[in-house]
Amino acid sequence: FRLSSLIGHISTCPSLIGQCCQRHPGSVDEFQEELVIRPLHSGDIYASFQFRTLWDTDFLQEGQKVSHYRLFPKSLGQVLSKFSVRELHISFTQGFWRTMQWGQPFIPSPPGAELWVWFHDTVSDVDGNWKELTNVLSGIFCASLNFIDLTNTVQPSASFKPLGLGNATDHRFLRYATLPREIVCTENLTPWKKLLPCGSKAGLAVLLKSEKLFHSSFHSQAVHIRPVCQDEQCTSKAWELRQTLNVVFDLYTAGQGKKEWSLFKMFSRTLTEACPLATSSKVYVDITDNPELFELSPATPLLSQAVVLGDRRTYSVYDLSRAETFGQLRSLNLLLRWKGDGEMLRPLLHAERYVAGFGLQTGEIHTVIYNNHPYRAFPVLLMDSVPWYLQLYIHTLTVTSKSRDNKPSYIHYQPAKDRHRPHLLEMLIQLPPHSMTEVTVQFERALLKWTEYTPDPNHGFYVGSSVVSALVPSMVAMNTNFTQDQPLFSSFVPVKEESSYFVRVYTEPLLVNLPTPDFSMPYNVICLTCTVVAVGYGSFYNLLTRTFQVDEPSLPLAKRLANLIRRIRGVPLLT
Amino acid sequence: MAAPLTLLLIVAVTIRAVLFRSSWAELISERVEVVSPLNAWKRVVEGLALLDLGVSPYSGDVFHEVSLSLIHFLFKSILGSDGITAVALYLSIQTYNKNVFRKQKYALESDRYPADCLELLRSPKEMFYIPLKVAMFYLLNPFTILSCVAKSTCGLNNAIIALFILCTLKGSALLSGILLALATYQSIYPLTLFAPALLFFLQRLYIPVNLRRSSFWFFTLQYAFIYVGSLVVITGLSFFLLGSWDFIPSVYGFIFSVPDLTPNIGLFWYFFAEMFEHFRLFFICVFQINVFFYTIPLSIKLKEHPVFLIFMQIAIISIFKSYPTVGDVALYMAFLPAWSHLYRFLRNIFLVSCVLLACSALFPVLWHLWIYAGSANSNFYYAITLLFNFGQILLVSDYFYAYLRREHHLTHGLYLKKKDGTEATLVLK
Repeated sequence: FRLSSLIGHISTCPSLIGQCCQRHPGSVDEFQEELVIRPLHSGDIYASFQFRTLWDTDFLQEGQKVSHYRLFPKSLGQVLSKFSVRELHISFTQGFWRTMQWGQPFIPSPPGAELWVWFHDTVSDVDGNWKELTNVLSGIFCASLNFIDLTNTVQPSASFKPLGLGNATDHRFLRYATLPREIVCTENLTPWKKLLPCGSKAGLAVLLKSEKLFHSSFHSQAVHIRPVCQDEQCTSKAWELRQTLNVVFDLYTAGQGKKEWSLFKMFSRTLTEACPLATSSKVYVDITDNPELFELSPATPLLSQAVVLGDRRTYSVYDLSRAETFGQLRSLNLLLRWKGDGEMLRPLLHAERYVAGFGLQTGEIHTVIYNNHPYRAFPVLLMDSVPWYLQLYIHTLTVTSKSRDNKPSYIHYQPAKDRHRPHLLEMLIQLPPHSMTEVTVQFERALLKWTEYTPDPNHGFYVGSSVVSALVPSMVAMNTNFTQDQPLFSSFVPVKEESSYFVRVYTEPLLVNLPTPDFSMPYNVICLTCTVVAVGYGSFYNLLTRTFQVDEPSLPLAKRLANLIRRIRGVPLLT
Repeated sequence: MAAPLTLLLIVAVTIRAVLFRSSWAELISERVEVVSPLNAWKRVVEGLALLDLGVSPYSGDVFHEVSLSLIHFLFKSILGSDGITAVALYLSIQTYNKNVFRKQKYALESDRYPADCLELLRSPKEMFYIPLKVAMFYLLNPFTILSCVAKSTCGLNNAIIALFILCTLKGSALLSGILLALATYQSIYPLTLFAPALLFFLQRLYIPVNLRRSSFWFFTLQYAFIYVGSLVVITGLSFFLLGSWDFIPSVYGFIFSVPDLTPNIGLFWYFFAEMFEHFRLFFICVFQINVFFYTIPLSIKLKEHPVFLIFMQIAIISIFKSYPTVGDVALYMAFLPAWSHLYRFLRNIFLVSCVLLACSALFPVLWHLWIYAGSANSNFYYAITLLFNFGQILLVSDYFYAYLRREHHLTHGLYLKKKDGTEATLVLK
């Protein structure tokens, strides 16, 4: 029962999604942008950009080819129609989100690149479409997504349900892959910025300067495309494109140790105007801990309250479409100055992962999940995708909570096929309140062919992050009624019930060493092994084809020549 | 002779039980020299766990055993398979000795031996303790003990082959065919034992090995029919058990195409780890043909001596198979006391025994240095592999040489002289 509610929670709920996306009737596409700034208790600051384009057209309709693109980027639109994509989520992340220090992010993402796609039911060859799609996206985002192939793609059965419209239960149309080794740099940011309607010339996107953005502890840019309802009755569909960028600036590296942040200090730019194509352009600053913790200037009369991530937060709103926001200088530079230290709200769900063991033969993967709720237990869905060269032994899987065995109620395991597909392990685990649950599984490391190693084999091989998805009980009643003016950051994940909110936590990726052969030796090995085989062959050949004979000494050379002449003459031979 | 054999069995079981209970059992079952991806017990448990989870054990790449064994394992008494092998070898060598002595008596009566080679003849007194020695060589061989404590299914394979030898020597073609089919079903290489078994039956039934004779073909087809028929039946049974043909690529495809490069004591792993992709198929074919290819020439040369041929075939399989373990080595080493009369003609026995002992000691050392200490690399372990296989090849060819030489002396006399009357040396020409 709990399983079905968890797994089915973000499947279709047309009325709710429709409510979140009510727009002015008659407009074809619209664009909204927002920036949320949340000061963190450790002195760091978290900025989250969201750019949303809504367009009521149907890419997947037969016979109707979309040709006139305005706000929606043409490259993505063509990708959607060519590969019959229903939902696309791609993220590029540099750094690891520290849940214990920073709380929960608005949009979680694992280190490296992550891509998960729901294809339309009409697709006959999903693997072929997936392969082409990854290559096309690799070109669009200037990333090496072409390394995604069948050896690192999985089809999760329960962890990644569609976030948009769709009654999807057949996970044959879902593909998920991560590249933990992928590095994110300016080359990836530039094409991402180009997808925005205003580019990086007006609106909030002017803040996205790469020198400052990459000088941070955590940086994640993502693109989320999904179909949503246009109105409450869901009579027609619209496509929603969300481009999100999360960045956390470190107190010491970017902030020079002073607990004082401003837009100029973070981004080396200030805001001068809203994007003219945007219907709404807002900056939200989380002032729930104001005035004890920090002070914010310039002051703004607009306030907004939102329940997000199980907590009721208050935000100061700066509406960039109103001229008075920019003041006399025609530029908006927010300034936050810390006054004291405060206590952090401990995140209710948190996970860690590490490899135990020594040597290059075996090892053990430990995943530790913390439930910090004082009295409520809730189930979590843990998804692990382990490459095929780490052979998991599922009979060694143990799940312990509070030093007692905790058997998962649902296990979906697909073992790996060498060089074809990775392991996929999904489990539904009930976490007792205020406890630590440890999941361990043993693995053996394989010796690969010498051409299958990366150029730096002793660096190790990456194992993608585990995904922990859960409906966490909320301290505060979540808002299930969606209004038109709801900020974007609270409408990303649709909320189905009041008492819980959806959280996805990614663990650390693992770095595992494999035993390596000596790469300088192919010729030597072939020679030596063939020599030993030839020794065997030679001895047997001799013994099989030759017979024992008495060893008679042979005649000296002179006598042999004489015998030759004698044979010609027909005369008896010498002995 | 029952009492010493029983005593031996008790001692062997005690040693295994003691090791089994100690902390060494865990360590031994992880050793790559003792278990391979084909016969590790850990993988059998994994296969059963996958079956529990509702996933086919062959859908992954971790389980490579045949399915009939799946059920069998539940009842298999692991300590028992060694006992079965030892008793079967004991009885077969006893039968073989009786045969040898009988043939020798007939040859002596018909005056076939030259006068000076009487010291080469074997006496019952010398042959009396050989079956017990054979059983002892098998049971107390450290390789066998390690293989048994690790619960490797190699012990099961050895037991089936030993039973097959016993049935062949006792003259039961039906049972021998069925057991050979069972052994082939588990790992394909015992296929080569078809030829020596056939030769033994032909010899026993006094059918001359002449390709133009109809009696030869008649019996060959009978035996082949029993063998192939039981193989088909067993394969069909396993299909019905698991409901799919998945196990064929997973077991036989795995044995032939060697996708798993886990280090072992054989020659395949490093060779194919360092192989250029372009030539991989070619060398796989070469290496696999190498196992089967000695059957015909050896059968032609040793058609009068099928039991020695069985020994040679088992040795060749153990050396050149794709995933050898020490359990396979132990099986052919158990036969060595049966050829103890060849000692005087062995040329390299000291060298070979030193090499094999040294390599057995160095295997764990260099593995530790490579995998755990990180101060050696894979080349060290590979070198010892090469040396170990070289030592085995030398051992087998040495025994072959000694056997052929004894046969030569039995027909031409022991003390040979050159044309001028001086003492001669014998060479292979």
